[in-house]
Amino acid sequence: MKISRSVERILKTIYVILGAGALTPIILIAIVSVSSDGSMLSRGYSFLPDSYSLDAYRYMIDHRAYIGHSFLLSIILTLCGTVLSLTLISTMAYVMSHRDFRYGKLYTALILIPMFFSGGLAATYAVNVQLYGLKDTFWTLLLPEACSGWYILVMRTYFRQSIPEETVGAARMDGASTLRIFTDIVLPMSKPIMVTVGLLKALNYWNSWYYAMLYISSNRKDLFPLQYVLYSLQKDVEFMANADAISGAVMADPPSESFRMAVTVLLILPVIFISPLFRKLSVRVEK
Amino acid sequence: MKLTGNTSGSVLKSRDRSLVAISLPTIMWYLAFCYLPMFGMVIAFKRYRMVPGRGFIYSLFRGSEWVGIDNFRFLFLNPQMSLVIRNTIFYNLVFLLLDIVLPIGLSVGLSLISSNRFRAVSQAVSLLPYFLSWVVVSSLTYAFLSTDRGLINHALAHIGITPIAWYRTPAVWPWILILTHLWKSVGYFMVLYLSYISSIDKSLYDSAMMDGAATSQMIRYITLPHLKGIASVMVILSLGHILSTDFGLFYQVTRDSGSILSATETVDVYIYRALINNSDYGFSAAAGLLQNGIGCVLLLIVNYILNRMDPDNGLV
Repeated sequence: MKISRSVERILKTIYVILGAGALTPIILIAIVSVSSDGSMLSRGYSFLPDSYSLDAYRYMIDHRAYIGHSFLLSIILTLCGTVLSLTLISTMAYVMSHRDFRYGKLYTALILIPMFFSGGLAATYAVNVQLYGLKDTFWTLLLPEACSGWYILVMRTYFRQSIPEETVGAARMDGASTLRIFTDIVLPMSKPIMVTVGLLKALNYWNSWYYAMLYISSNRKDLFPLQYVLYSLQKDVEFMANADAISGAVMADPPSESFRMAVTVLLILPVIFISPLFRKLSVRVEK
Repeated sequence: MKLTGNTSGSVLKSRDRSLVAISLPTIMWYLAFCYLPMFGMVIAFKRYRMVPGRGFIYSLFRGSEWVGIDNFRFLFLNPQMSLVIRNTIFYNLVFLLLDIVLPIGLSVGLSLISSNRFRAVSQAVSLLPYFLSWVVVSSLTYAFLSTDRGLINHALAHIGITPIAWYRTPAVWPWILILTHLWKSVGYFMVLYLSYISSIDKSLYDSAMMDGAATSQMIRYITLPHLKGIASVMVILSLGHILSTDFGLFYQVTRDSGSILSATETVDVYIYRALINNSDYGFSAAAGLLQNGIGCVLLLIVNYILNRMDPDNGLV
């Protein structure tokens, strides 16, 4: 399709403006995180602070015993969660990719129903806390969001379309077991979809705060992922003071405003590196 | 991966046994985290209380009495409920409309730009907000809306307008929430639609051009019809969640501020508050059941209608 030069120029201007709009809040936060507290008093959160200061980041390093712990927890959670999710999703997708699998219909129903119907918050909460005893455990951050019906369908479609039947048939003739075919043939041929789903789940876990809010008590700061630390900082100005009391390191005057913004920047950074990888977001599901 | 015809039945059977074994962990996850809570919905018909020293099952079946539809009656008698439902449906319909019109328009426009580099950078930039958590987004909006330090209030003061206490002014919140929602998700939907546009057979455009079709005609008769299927799936999915909202948007971005609840409280926030603040299990469960049930029924109806209109449009 051809469009005239002037139309293209107008279109480009629109997308440049929209792109700038997408980035503006992030740039603002980054600038605020390196603004001095004095500047914030006089100018507020501004693109052009009076003076700059790295106090917030220095404070973060001084309090690494606490922030560092949550940071590490978030990384471990992200890694474990991604591996667990990929295992659960890919095995199920592999099984369902067999068109002549005896329980194919049953399996499809099994994963489709929860996509549209759930037990609701109250029942889920009661079961997780009172039946499984997940309150205040690492498992509660890891398990409830480990699987996703949507990704199973996406991956099943990929397996069906991209793995030649002949390759699988030949391996079966050679006596390869069903599990062997999965690990030695299907998985190596499915790197693109594994990477895509893996990164999406990784972001999922990195961004997770909801389960911490529901299932982690406020006195179990050792189980706070970094996202939940930021939430707590917003919720409660006394939060850092309490953390000080716990870690024993008392700082006279915490740069609380810029510190919050610095934690926000820390949470955004990995996303900035990962999100350009999703340009070809062709996650589709055949009927 | 279909097996070829020469495979005997017994091989198939043993293969299926292995397949079931391979899928066991995932099946167990589904039973534990999706299906068991569904049975927990019984709570909606009980006055649930935790019996000290006893487990969930005992508390539910022995310790809590049946109350029939009392929880539901309580729900409908609650004057707040109608406001909350109205808010939820309002936001969902606005989002549904905007999430279809804007991203389709933007993706068609972007596909017209010839520079590959420009398109790639645009997509990468517009996806970024989608991958941020609501806690982070709440921190970003706060930088603009904070009463004493926010960018907007300082700008207002600069031109001599009295600062506004944003987190205490309900009237502005529909706009703020709609804008925040768009900021976070328009890029994602744009990239999604763009991936469907790029899968259109190029020869369709070539032959249309040969016949002297204008660009606007090609968009109207080739590109847009091609997007009908995915757009109708989006409609079905949204209507199936008509009483559900993105909890993070309505809880985190509003900072759970009490004085704007009349404009911001949706069913999910309401259920959360009833459960966490009041430990009201029966009430929350009843609201959840209603939310899920209505969504499900609507999903099936819309799916049926769209399927009747065009079998390509349905979801299932």
